[in-house]
Amino acid sequence: MNGKYETHEHDVLVIGAGGAGLRAAIEALAQGASVGVVSKSLLGKAHTVMAEGGIAAAMANVDAADDWRTHFRDTMRGGKLLNHWRMAQIHAHEAGDRVRELEQWGALFDRTEDGRILQRAFGGHSFKRLCHVGDRTGLEMIRTLQDRGVQMGIDVYMECTVTRLLTDGDRVAGAFAYWRENGRFVVFKAKSIVLATGGIGKAYPVTSNSWEYTGDGMALAYATGAELMDMEFVQFHPTGMVWPPGVQGLLVTEAVRGEGGLLRNKLGERFMQRYDPQRMELSTRDVVARAIYTEVREGRGSEHGGAFLDISHKPAEYVKRKLPSMYHQFLELADVDITRSAMEVGPTCHYMMGGLRVDPETAACTVPGLFAAGEVAAGLHGANRLGGNSLSDLLVFGRRAGFAAAEYAKKQSWPALDPAEIAQGEGEMLCVFERQAGDTPYAVHADLQQLMQNLVGIFRTEEDLKSALTGIERLKDRMGRVGVPGTRMFNPGWHLYADMKSMLAIAEAVTRSALARKESRGAHSRLDYPKTDATWGEQNNIIRRHGSEMVLEQSPVPKMPAELQTLLAEEKGAGA
Amino acid sequence: MPEVTLKIFRGDREGGQTADYQVPVSPGMVVLDALHYVQKHLAPDLAVRWNCKAGRCGSCSAEVNGRPRLTCKTRMDSLPGDRPVTILPMKSFPVIKDLVTDVSWNYKVNKKIPGFKPRPKTEWKMRQEDVDRVQEFRKCIECFLCQNVCHVLRDHGKHEQFGGPRFFVRVAALEMHPLDGISRAALLKNELGLGFCNITKCCTEVCPEEIHITDNAIIPMKERVVDEFYDPVLKLVRRIRGEKSARE
Amino acid sequence: MASTSPTVHAAVPTGSWWTQIAPVVLGLGAFSVYATWRAFEGAYFWASPYLSPFYSPLLDVHHHYWPYSPALLILGGPLGFRATCYYYRKAYYRAFFLDPPACAVAERKRNYCGETRFPFILQNVHRYFMYLAIVFLVFLWHDALHAFVFADRFGVGLGTLVLLVNVMLLTLYFSSCHSLRHLLGGKLDCFSCTNFGNARHSTWRGLSFLNEHHMLFAWTSLFSVGLADFYVRLVSSGAIRDLRLL
Ligand SMILES: Cc1cc2nc3c(=O)[nH]c(=O)nc-3n(C[C@H](O)[C@H](O)[C@H](O)COP(=O)(O)OP(=O)(O)OC[C@H]3O[C@@H](n4cnc5c(N)ncnc54)[C@H](O)[C@@H]3O)c2cc1C
Ligand code: SF4
Ligand code: SF4
Ligand code: FES
Ligand code: FES
Repeated sequence: MNGKYETHEHDVLVIGAGGAGLRAAIEALAQGASVGVVSKSLLGKAHTVMAEGGIAAAMANVDAADDWRTHFRDTMRGGKLLNHWRMAQIHAHEAGDRVRELEQWGALFDRTEDGRILQRAFGGHSFKRLCHVGDRTGLEMIRTLQDRGVQMGIDVYMECTVTRLLTDGDRVAGAFAYWRENGRFVVFKAKSIVLATGGIGKAYPVTSNSWEYTGDGMALAYATGAELMDMEFVQFHPTGMVWPPGVQGLLVTEAVRGEGGLLRNKLGERFMQRYDPQRMELSTRDVVARAIYTEVREGRGSEHGGAFLDISHKPAEYVKRKLPSMYHQFLELADVDITRSAMEVGPTCHYMMGGLRVDPETAACTVPGLFAAGEVAAGLHGANRLGGNSLSDLLVFGRRAGFAAAEYAKKQSWPALDPAEIAQGEGEMLCVFERQAGDTPYAVHADLQQLMQNLVGIFRTEEDLKSALTGIERLKDRMGRVGVPGTRMFNPGWHLYADMKSMLAIAEAVTRSALARKESRGAHSRLDYPKTDATWGEQNNIIRRHGSEMVLEQSPVPKMPAELQTLLAEEKGAGA
Repeated sequence: MPEVTLKIFRGDREGGQTADYQVPVSPGMVVLDALHYVQKHLAPDLAVRWNCKAGRCGSCSAEVNGRPRLTCKTRMDSLPGDRPVTILPMKSFPVIKDLVTDVSWNYKVNKKIPGFKPRPKTEWKMRQEDVDRVQEFRKCIECFLCQNVCHVLRDHGKHEQFGGPRFFVRVAALEMHPLDGISRAALLKNELGLGFCNITKCCTEVCPEEIHITDNAIIPMKERVVDEFYDPVLKLVRRIRGEKSARE
Repeated sequence: MASTSPTVHAAVPTGSWWTQIAPVVLGLGAFSVYATWRAFEGAYFWASPYLSPFYSPLLDVHHHYWPYSPALLILGGPLGFRATCYYYRKAYYRAFFLDPPACAVAERKRNYCGETRFPFILQNVHRYFMYLAIVFLVFLWHDALHAFVFADRFGVGLGTLVLLVNVMLLTLYFSSCHSLRHLLGGKLDCFSCTNFGNARHSTWRGLSFLNEHHMLFAWTSLFSVGLADFYVRLVSSGAIRDLRLL
């Protein structure tokens, strides 16, 4: 039927070649499945490569008192108890083994005196818990996984973008994609699919995320009928670069604070005193981001609208050894020597806590045959993610997703592909060439980013969110009319057109959820509802597609068993 | 704002030439910003690879005024402002379109290299002093600038016989891994053609991660190949000791 | 396999690559001419208590077995050491073979085989020249110490200092050798798992530090050898008198 298209068949198709996707592929392969991995960029360039600070795992190599219980407690408290308790428990339990596994596959972490994996302090973690390699942990992780996968023989389809999931009845049947290089279409047929496409940061103008973060996985799954959860929780990392303009948003790793960096305003005050006197700089990200934002708004910001982050009191050699990339990043891009002077930093859109609703044990989405792991999935981080918990998330749930997807594939027969769906996939991609080029996708994208920053940013109000919704409708309209000059050969304008579809759907989901949640919690701050509300603390926001309508409803947060509740209650406070 | 002319290669496998674009230069701007400006305002279909914009992913390699560079780390104010800035794709790989080249050859070479294989009965402890060396190599972001500049590939086109500096760095990382249990000396000598390298150090000059490719990876690997294949005394010692390879 | 835009690349002004190689051509060229002349000269190598480094160790001065200049008997050692040195290889491949003339500057196409075939495959013997260099260094240190002895009495002349500085630079050049660095420590994968691992690690660290400056030592020691010989020749031929300091 589809002789017209290049077609590939795999038991398990993994969409995304970041940490989660690769870990899933390795596991599925180990289970004997045939595995294909698709990614928008080249192998080894996924977002995971940019992770700096480390992988959180309670291995107690540095602080002997640490164990999974404290890690669980920190994660839950950090997430303002909106997390799925079971995910947090599994995560805390398994992270250590997953890190050790990396080491056995050739990763080389920084070492303790006695030769074990060194761990560093990070915001919201009660103990020194982040396994790291200087400030290039993500690179070490992705390289290790990539090499392992290549050795095992995964098939990688690089620079290939999925624009549509294909279905057979209510189960998934494959994916429709185009090669970025030549614009040709390709069809993947698969018994099960693991989505590991990462986050949504490109919906915001000031972000630490790359062009890949357009929420594709969430949008694809949503279109197929899967449920999205907690979409209002977008993490703004407190420390992004603010100057010069070209690098605005670029991440300044939390490891700077982990290694002792201090935050000051233009008056020289350590203003965190006012917001979290106990944990100061090492408070959770939501708190620090709001603190900096508030300082700036109240006129105590730095010249370019940020705060000062200073590590120059540490010996220069130490800074260069522990934070080499930061040192170079500032020296080369901003002409600032961080061993001598302070950095200027401000909040930047960084991470999506919300995403696809998954089963904690198997990472299965609400559509049969569809699994999701990594940043694209929701549940583990609740209302706010702790630094370092993402890389461990990728490993723990990537592996579980790969395992479950392979198991599922074993039990299933081959699905049938529906030619009509494929034709639709093709039509929606090609129609844009027939239009008179007026508006470009770049212009619509820039307007969406501005809208999200202004109306669905760190602080939100009902009025803003409502006008954001109308704005998004208008942008969708405009997207229906944009044209793209050029051919299908590696045409970034066309690629952006494909990505915009996802971004608009996701932007709407974020806005709707933010509008619904009438309280402030974690990364979601409503100026009109500044307090945390206990009833909302028991509700997850769920979004699903109904025809062409986006519907939102609440679902109770799963109840935690009694022993975990006592565990959480143990020890005083700290959960600000 | 001052303006600068970019001469950007536009073309594909069939060929092409440079086209001129006027771009306003803002403070701290890098070449990649300028390329994005062109995409947004002048040529929406200009093909460019990039991801992180922070020198961490190694996607944005190109040749700026004749020098292989990461465009996201090349400041516009570091280039002479009175002359046009020429931006070409990497020469050692086939052009796909504009600044995007087909680097798949590198992934093929990588597949030839046997991965990390721990020694039997490994105890998973390592000292920092033993991993320091390898961590330098693990900084590689696979920008392939070293591959691009290496004359063995660039001018002599030995892609079939030669692995290139990137993969010497990779093999060095495996060979010097304190817990690795296999030798890749024969691979270096034969499949990867280490002997084609004449240690002229251009790879080291362009590496954005400042890896001392030639001194710390290639030359030590050449020495290990000598240990294994060209040193009669060591061969004899091994024969007497009844060892198969020079590993200690 | 090459890009489809060779002409486009060729059109980029690559700067004056010859300014990079000119000093190497001049430096090595001048030294070779001088050294060849001096080696064949077979005279003015001894000005008590100084011996020219070109002639050390001094073999068969009285031409019992060897009718030509005694320098020719031994110069193969240092020459081989330098010719197979990883730094000099880089320098002359670039400057004399234009392989490549400079980075990202096109070179002519021809059948290139690098160091995989004769003669350049012989570069792999470098470590044996390095072993041999130890012998030479012993003699040169002996000469330098001997230069403190003026007719059985301790003394220091300008020549003493010249020889001393020279042998120190040569020692630094030798100590920063890549092969030495490899054999004394670099070849180990795990220092902490080996006998005397700590000692070998510190040795390797030290040698690695020197190794970073190998190029510097290669040039300075080359000039110092030439100068030392020149000084001895000047004194020996009576053109100047040694300056006695102590
Ligand atoms: C600068 C920075 C620093 C960070 N530091 C840390 C840290 O120190 N510790 C920590 O725990 N976390 C950190 N994070 C967060 C963490 O790195 C990310 O959340 C995590 O890497 C996401 O991994 P992933 O596997 O889910 O997705 P990614 O690694 O982003 O991979 C997504 C993959 O999906 C592919 N893809 C997407 N859409 C499509 C499509 N339509 N078709 C085909 N393929 C597609 C992409 O090509 C890519 O291969 C950091 C994030 C950033 C940006
Ligand atoms: S040193 Fe060797 S690998 Fe590096 S550029 Fe020169 S020839 Fe190529
Ligand atoms: S070794 Fe350096 S130049 Fe070569 S690919 Fe790696 S980072 Fe790039
Ligand atoms: S874009 Fe990642 S290195 Fe330049
Ligand atoms: S490498 Fe130069 S002397 Fe050995």
